[in-house]
Amino acid sequence: MIRTPLRPLARILKAREKGENPDAIEAENIRLRREDVRDKSRMRAEGRLLVMGAMFALAYGAIGVRMGALAGTVSEEPQSTVVGNPIFGQRADIVDRNGRILATNLDTHALYAHPRDMVDPEQTARELAAIFPELKVDQLVRDFTGTRKFVWIRRQLSPEQMQQVHDIGSPGLVFGPREMRLYPNGAIAAHILGGASYGREGVASAEVIGVAGVERKFDEYLRDPANEGAPLELSIDLTIQAAAEEVLAGGMSIMNAKGAASVLMDVHTGEIISMVSLPDFDPNKRPQVLLTGDQSDSPLFNRAMQGVYELGSTFKIFAVAQAMELGLINPETMINTKGPLQWGKFRIRDFHDYGAQLSATDVIVQSSNIGTARIAMQIGAERQQEFLRSLGFMEATPVELQEAPSGAPLLPRNWSELSTMTISYGHGLSSSPLHLATAYSSLLNGGTRVYPTLLHRENRQTGPRIVRAEISERSRDMLRQVVSRGTASFGEVEGYEVGGKTGTADKPKENGGGYYKDKVIATFASVFPANDPQYVLIVTFDEPSENSGSEPRRTAGWTAVPVAAEMIRRVAPLLGLRPQVDRTEPIGVTLTSN
Amino acid sequence: MRSILFVLAGLMVMGLAFWSYQENYKTRDVISDVRSLHGQIGSNHERLGMLRAEWAYLNRPDRLSDLAELNFERLGLLPLMPNAFGRVDQVIYPIPDVLPIIVPIEVGSTPAPVDGEEAL
Repeated sequence: MIRTPLRPLARILKAREKGENPDAIEAENIRLRREDVRDKSRMRAEGRLLVMGAMFALAYGAIGVRMGALAGTVSEEPQSTVVGNPIFGQRADIVDRNGRILATNLDTHALYAHPRDMVDPEQTARELAAIFPELKVDQLVRDFTGTRKFVWIRRQLSPEQMQQVHDIGSPGLVFGPREMRLYPNGAIAAHILGGASYGREGVASAEVIGVAGVERKFDEYLRDPANEGAPLELSIDLTIQAAAEEVLAGGMSIMNAKGAASVLMDVHTGEIISMVSLPDFDPNKRPQVLLTGDQSDSPLFNRAMQGVYELGSTFKIFAVAQAMELGLINPETMINTKGPLQWGKFRIRDFHDYGAQLSATDVIVQSSNIGTARIAMQIGAERQQEFLRSLGFMEATPVELQEAPSGAPLLPRNWSELSTMTISYGHGLSSSPLHLATAYSSLLNGGTRVYPTLLHRENRQTGPRIVRAEISERSRDMLRQVVSRGTASFGEVEGYEVGGKTGTADKPKENGGGYYKDKVIATFASVFPANDPQYVLIVTFDEPSENSGSEPRRTAGWTAVPVAAEMIRRVAPLLGLRPQVDRTEPIGVTLTSN
Repeated sequence: MRSILFVLAGLMVMGLAFWSYQENYKTRDVISDVRSLHGQIGSNHERLGMLRAEWAYLNRPDRLSDLAELNFERLGLLPLMPNAFGRVDQVIYPIPDVLPIIVPIEVGSTPAPVDGEEAL
């Protein structure tokens, strides 16, 4: 940059010659220089302002354009990551212990109508009624020609029906996607599964909700997307459940029973391998709940869990086991069985007269009410209550079914000494077959409490101890003798060492006032194999009557026991239990050498 | 010196801007890929669910027992009973051939669905 001097010599000299003040030149130059600087800085400032203005304009312009764009387009959720897994939106499956499907979903369609879009409502109504017989033409015509803008026609369609409706070709008929719950095995395990129906319904989708059984109990779990479609694994074995239902249904018709129930339980894990209640229903078409009359007449009623009955002599083993645990008796102790046993105006009798006395084992084997009542007297009401409470007889079973609380036992209002005696042989306390299975499992698995469960478990339960291990062993020896030489001789299944106790209880009249003479509840509570208990099986018939003889036989020994034996014969091999037969020497190679 | 730093910084900003621009687009591509994959997996799941439902329906115990009964002469299938257990040396050998199915029979154990709710 060329710098102009403030006092250029030439002009100074010239000014001096003219006698002017040379300082004026300097001042002039300083002024010029300042003006110059001022102009430059102004220019710079203006430029900066311009750039800044342009930037502001750009920035606001960009914001304006973006706002316009946002306002003018369809909104969309900004997404930087993929959250969750959108695939498993469906209700989870329910499978048995081997992974076989008990309940799953099927995609289908619902049909609804927009009557205002219809060209010929009458014709459409007629054609619809031809496809779906349950629809009434008059009703449809009224719906289609009235003021309604929207009419639901059907919740579920099969693909064939959908095609037929398509073929009607009416623009007012619209399909909406639907998911339906399918129980591919039909009535098998119906009471356990319960059923499902639709909750909130929209055109585009509907919520499937459980209405009973595990579907209801685990509704939240089944619908939780966080499980990523993991199925609910039950302890039920489909094959065994099917076999048990088949045998029980056959038995029910042979024994002319009104209803039947069976429970098969693993004594160590408390898992319910099969639980049957007959008559049953198809959960795909769940029947209506009875509005009047006795709920226990409905097929929806689960006799195995909700049905509380006086289970009769099957209770005797509890009194004897407790007395042994308390050290009051041992299996050989002689018990006075001289009858009838008079208590106030109440008399306790035996089915036969068993003489003056029987050993404790024989009280069980011959099923003596008097003997058991005398043992219960020694135990006393309080200790008996405590023992039955520890076995779970004082409350509803904690099994994972929505209806479980309705299976609460019926207890005597006043637990008198008479109650103590009658309860010892199973009268005066009503409980469900599931209660009995739980108690037998707890008593016979070595003496620790198990809680019934419908969920698949690998490990043994380690509940509180009920009785000592040797008492558990003595109890099952007694039960084994009931089958080998006692009232349950039809219960013998070769190779499986069945032990068990029969129970035949007169049915109480519904409106009070004593018991029916010709209606009984026959129960067989069994355990197999008795030398190393693995499973407990309870079979109960409601009002059985075996009519092959000259007069009808109703005792459990003639009704429940043979059916239970047949069930064990069918079910034990499926459980993987090998029959214990006397083994002959295997053909082997005898080593001979010199 | 300062101006070089300015230039370098400017270049760096541009480079980073370019890189993030590219990353942004790659991410969007991947997201849309994932979405379409999810769609595919979803439809495969649906298909699989349908097939499993059909499998379970065709293998329901009622139907299998009916089939076993119908084909008893050819297959001789019986419910598993305790006497089915044996020792290794009791096993016959070789196993006789099973004739091929020439006329397949379709069997349903439940009555034909009236309103098609069970139609599979």
